[in-house]
Amino acid sequence: MPNEIIKRSHDAHVSGNGHGHDEHEHHQTFWTKYVFSQDHKMISKQFLITAILMALLAMSMSTIFRLQLAWPDKHFPFLETVLGKWAKDGRLDPSMYLALITIHGTIMVFFVLTGGLSGTFSNLLIPFQCGARDMASGFLNMLSYWFFFASCTVMCASLFLTTGPASAGWTVYPPLSALPQAIPGSGAGMTLWLVSMVLFIGSALLGGINYVVTVINLRTKGMKMTRLPLTIWAFTITAILGILSFPVLFAAALLLLFDRSFGTSFYLSDIHIGGVPLEHVGGSPILYQHLFWFLGHPEVYIVLLPALGLASEVISTMSRKPIFGYKAMIGSMLVIAFLSFVVWGHHMFITGMNPFLGSVFVFTTLLVAIPSAVKVFNYIATLWKANIVMSPAILFAIGLVSFFISGGLTGIILGDSALDINIHDTYFVVAHFHIVMGSSAIFGMFAGIYHWFPRMYGRMMNKKAGYLHFWLTFLSVYGVFFPMHFIGLAGVPRRYYANTSYEGFSGIININELITMFALLGAFAQLIFIANFFYSIWRGKRAVQNPWKSNTIEWTAPVEHLHGNWPGEIPTVHRWAYDYSKPGHSDDFIPQTTPYSETVSSNLPGEE
Amino acid sequence: MINLLIFVVVVLVIIVVVRVVRVMELATELSGEDDSIINRKDNRFNGAMMIIFLVLGVGAMVYFTLDAKKYLLPLSASKHGVIIDKLLDVNWVLLVVVFLVTQFLLFYYAFRYHHRKESKAYFYPINHTLEVVWTIIPTIVLGGMIVYGLNVWNNITKPAPKGAMLIEIYGKQFDWTVRYAGADNILGKSNFRLITDDNPLGVDSTDKASKDDIIAKELHLPVGAKILLKLHSRDVIHSAYLPHFRTQMNCVPGMTTEFFFEPTITTRQMREYTKNDKFDYVLLCNKICGVAHYTMKMNVVAEEPEQFNKWVTGQSLVFPKPAAPAPAPEKATASITKP
Ligand code: HEM
Ligand SMILES: [Cu+2]
Ligand SMILES: [Cu+2]
Repeated sequence: MPNEIIKRSHDAHVSGNGHGHDEHEHHQTFWTKYVFSQDHKMISKQFLITAILMALLAMSMSTIFRLQLAWPDKHFPFLETVLGKWAKDGRLDPSMYLALITIHGTIMVFFVLTGGLSGTFSNLLIPFQCGARDMASGFLNMLSYWFFFASCTVMCASLFLTTGPASAGWTVYPPLSALPQAIPGSGAGMTLWLVSMVLFIGSALLGGINYVVTVINLRTKGMKMTRLPLTIWAFTITAILGILSFPVLFAAALLLLFDRSFGTSFYLSDIHIGGVPLEHVGGSPILYQHLFWFLGHPEVYIVLLPALGLASEVISTMSRKPIFGYKAMIGSMLVIAFLSFVVWGHHMFITGMNPFLGSVFVFTTLLVAIPSAVKVFNYIATLWKANIVMSPAILFAIGLVSFFISGGLTGIILGDSALDINIHDTYFVVAHFHIVMGSSAIFGMFAGIYHWFPRMYGRMMNKKAGYLHFWLTFLSVYGVFFPMHFIGLAGVPRRYYANTSYEGFSGIININELITMFALLGAFAQLIFIANFFYSIWRGKRAVQNPWKSNTIEWTAPVEHLHGNWPGEIPTVHRWAYDYSKPGHSDDFIPQTTPYSETVSSNLPGEE
Repeated sequence: MINLLIFVVVVLVIIVVVRVVRVMELATELSGEDDSIINRKDNRFNGAMMIIFLVLGVGAMVYFTLDAKKYLLPLSASKHGVIIDKLLDVNWVLLVVVFLVTQFLLFYYAFRYHHRKESKAYFYPINHTLEVVWTIIPTIVLGGMIVYGLNVWNNITKPAPKGAMLIEIYGKQFDWTVRYAGADNILGKSNFRLITDDNPLGVDSTDKASKDDIIAKELHLPVGAKILLKLHSRDVIHSAYLPHFRTQMNCVPGMTTEFFFEPTITTRQMREYTKNDKFDYVLLCNKICGVAHYTMKMNVVAEEPEQFNKWVTGQSLVFPKPAAPAPAPEKATASITKP
């Protein structure tokens, strides 16, 4: 049994009789502790802080282009200060507008909600909740973070190019992204975008493989798969999705790089641009879209599933009630994950795809609604007759469920090819994915941060600031994205610098103003969060060991971070994670480490 | 202006809420200790906020939806658009019901079951019947929606009838050109290597079918006609979007795509219907195609067939007959095609 051996050698290395352990701690220098750390807790914090900084950047970008959309003829002198030649006289340049939405989307989807979300919480919780000393490979884990960091650095560097960063949209469809003649951002900016993505894919694969191996091999004694908290299930399924789909993005990016730099014609054919015909023949731009969305759709679940996992755990813990339908939750995640690989064509209904093939994708796409509905019902059933402790974390988790419903329902419209004809690429799509993917996932991330902050930093975040942050953000998300549906239904295309060229769109400027005001309010609310987060790291109230009275085993480890997590032996697990408010038991929770022999009064038939 | 007012009101409400919280907090401090991390006031405040948010939120959504009607697209100006709109309406009815019920339960339970020291949650980990029921019901409903939706889709995408009028829509950065097939209703062949300033679509002048092809900078559509759009791009992907006709199809370099539709309402009728005598149909580009993507559009006129015929005969041919002697450009193009 190889995994037994790994476990044992790990134990011996860390616990011993306490002596070896201390010695080990003293070897740590600043560099090995904070920078080239191989400890999952530190790596998780590195991911989190990097992601927060990237999110701030992407959010600032969104406020800038929201200003443009609301007041397309006003001058904002501060823009010139920030953007220089890209905002002469305080008017945002149209090519910079496209660059901003592109980088905003890329950062949010990949760096914040993929790297940041999985990187933070898979790293923190997989070893802690499975009962492992650390990840299977600390070294690969460290590499995963540094690939991520390098990737962020390259992406940020591309902002300073004279031709501007990539600006073909976050999906970077060729030929636009392949030809510098087509748009300035497709020069060096696009090259850096591709390099950054390749580094990012490296990071995602290193991380993902590590997560899966850890969950399979390093669970503590008694931690059967069916006793794992839903967080771990979600992270594992997510990691598998990533391992299967990111290589395809890698291939797509590589072929694009070849077309750009080595004159191949994978995606290019019959092009006449800049007054001359190009030599490329025989390729197809549609091929790129197939490859991209083969990753791209699983990607939205790579973003969403960890958030749903975090929400499941938080909702169950804070409502002091077992999650309803534990197995149905796992089953629906598996079904969603499987289906996510066979629906990519719904992004391509109007590319000239064979209508019959379109029908197949309609079918598979609408099927996803079934497991999604099951999840929602399970969440609602969990809240029924609960005893909800209103921590900021569960507020965000409830917000997530609300967004998941709202955005999921509009997805049913977009998945219907006949309806997609008229709303494809309009603001309806922007509204839909911001709610279902952007906001849900961000709320899952917030829920996770508020809930596990004491586990990460040994201190509590300020709850009042948390409430303010939640209610303002919740209000502004609906304030921004609910009205956006109507702009889409009015026929307004996305990725438009201004809606001034067609007279028929003049009315919607009112809606755009309203949206921008909510966006500014939302941005302000995030500043409250940032302040609270950094203040609490150093000044927050000290946390007790198990502040939320939770069952999962990460809370049995001491508040201080130890190399190897538990000072003595790793705890043994005796039950699932959701024995909350079990009748016959005096407390309203029974930690996973409590054997049934100690809870005779509350055991159900079959639990010895 | 009204937006500014709304904004100010929102900000005021927030300030009030913050003050109220502060007062409640002081009151707790005075009324004795509650040392839990999340105390009674927190639970009550957030529980109450759930209900407030639900009521005000749904109210605001209803108000906004009614108010936003004036911005939405008017009735469909094409035949297939009518069945799309109907499908959309049926979808909306269903979705709004599901939305209201689920959101209500979510917020109501969050309010109703907020923490109380005296009470204990009901240990209820699973109910198989429920799980089965709420898997099967969505399956049936979605099954219905899939069948209905695909029915509409197949209707729209079935092969165009023979003899449908051909119109080429040709996209390039950053404008549109249209080509009518002329009397023979065949579009002459084209090739991107033949593109010149005088021949922006790269039409092959050696193809007889091109002789009567007509080129225009405005899209005119005869109502009641069966129209098959043939879409092309010469540089990057564009998307020909005719929102009022519920019509959209990408223009992809190296490929010809097509879309069949039947316009039904003339521009003049639509002006009357919308009570807006400046109303015009439009062809927009709806796929990011470069810096001036947002300006890429073409005016569209739907009119009675007689007016259309009058208009189309006034347009110029792709290869104007009498003017310059043809051979010179033809030689030039021939030399390009050879290799
Ligand atoms: C801070 C609040 C946010 C605001 C106000 C905002 C607003 C916008 C707007 C107006 C666009 C441009 C749409 C267009 O012209 O096509 C956009 C694009 C986008 N946003 Fe956001 N957004 C926000 C947060 C997020 C989050 C959390 C995500 C994470 C998924 C996200 C992902 C994207 C993506 C993928 C695009 C598409 C970029 C493209 O068109 O290539 N955004 N956003
Ligand atoms: Cu998708
Ligand atoms: Cu365009």
